[in-house]
Amino acid sequence: MSPTILLDVVLLALVIIAGIAAIEVRNLFAAVMLASVYSLLMACFWTTMDAVDVAYTEAAVGAGISTILLIGALVLTGETEIVRRAVHWPALGACLLVGALLVYGTLDMPKFGDANAPAHVHPVYAGYTQQDVRKDPSGKSHGDIVATENADAQSRAEAHGETTSGRGDYFHGHVPNQVTSVIVTYRALDTLFETAVIFTAGMGLIVLLRGRRGNPLKGGLL
Amino acid sequence: MLAATSAFFGTDIPTLVAGIVLLFSILLMLVRAIAGPTVWDRILALNAIGTKSVLVVALLGFMTKRPEFLDIALVYAILNFLATIAILKYARTRRLG
Repeated sequence: MSPTILLDVVLLALVIIAGIAAIEVRNLFAAVMLASVYSLLMACFWTTMDAVDVAYTEAAVGAGISTILLIGALVLTGETEIVRRAVHWPALGACLLVGALLVYGTLDMPKFGDANAPAHVHPVYAGYTQQDVRKDPSGKSHGDIVATENADAQSRAEAHGETTSGRGDYFHGHVPNQVTSVIVTYRALDTLFETAVIFTAGMGLIVLLRGRRGNPLKGGLL
Repeated sequence: MLAATSAFFGTDIPTLVAGIVLLFSILLMLVRAIAGPTVWDRILALNAIGTKSVLVVALLGFMTKRPEFLDIALVYAILNFLATIAILKYARTRRLG
């Protein structure tokens, strides 16, 4: 049994308690506090899942800046919520339907930690694990580095009984900047769609927050 | 019983006891944050949970034999301090900035 499993279960139980309480409590200041608690506990949970980068972001954005932004919203509005208890059945139905679809989608995913999952056996992955993203400390020329790497890959492939067309086919460390090398070569599609998502979110915000048609500076926040 | 439990989870007894105590104290703070009649109860509960989460991350580092998790714990401590300052400023003056 993994030593962190106890930590995981209890932390997630506490996260659920904090989340339900943040929704149910009518005092909005308490709701902000509970949302912050939720983020802190989620950050701990991400750390137990070895997703340290996500944990950093959760702690900085969720527990840090979100709390301050919500407090800023409290300054502009009031501290208690108007009670409105009616359940909106179509909305509840839509939420349950989408949730059920998402759960149904996860049924097709490979088992957790499966070494034969497509993400691990895809041909690109072999190149990714052998990548050598760094500047050459000896100050050799670009062509020398490519030639050396091609020879390295050739010998490695022969040792494993594989064939290779040479590492020069990929962008292995040939971009002078490490960040560019990772973002623009290995993760190019990833970055493209991330940018598309952020662009869409920005357009949505502008449409939501701008004022009336024809008089954009009145009646809106932008 | 403690020895059997610690063997089951694959940790040593002090780490197990520390983990259980930490999680239980987080639960107590959470109860105070939900119930707490005054604003100060809730601020104190939030700050204490932040401190406890720093300790949870540090403990996790030692459970998984990776003490470099202490760096992450330090970042959490700084963030916790900043959020508490902002909340206290709001509670005192009813505005930010």
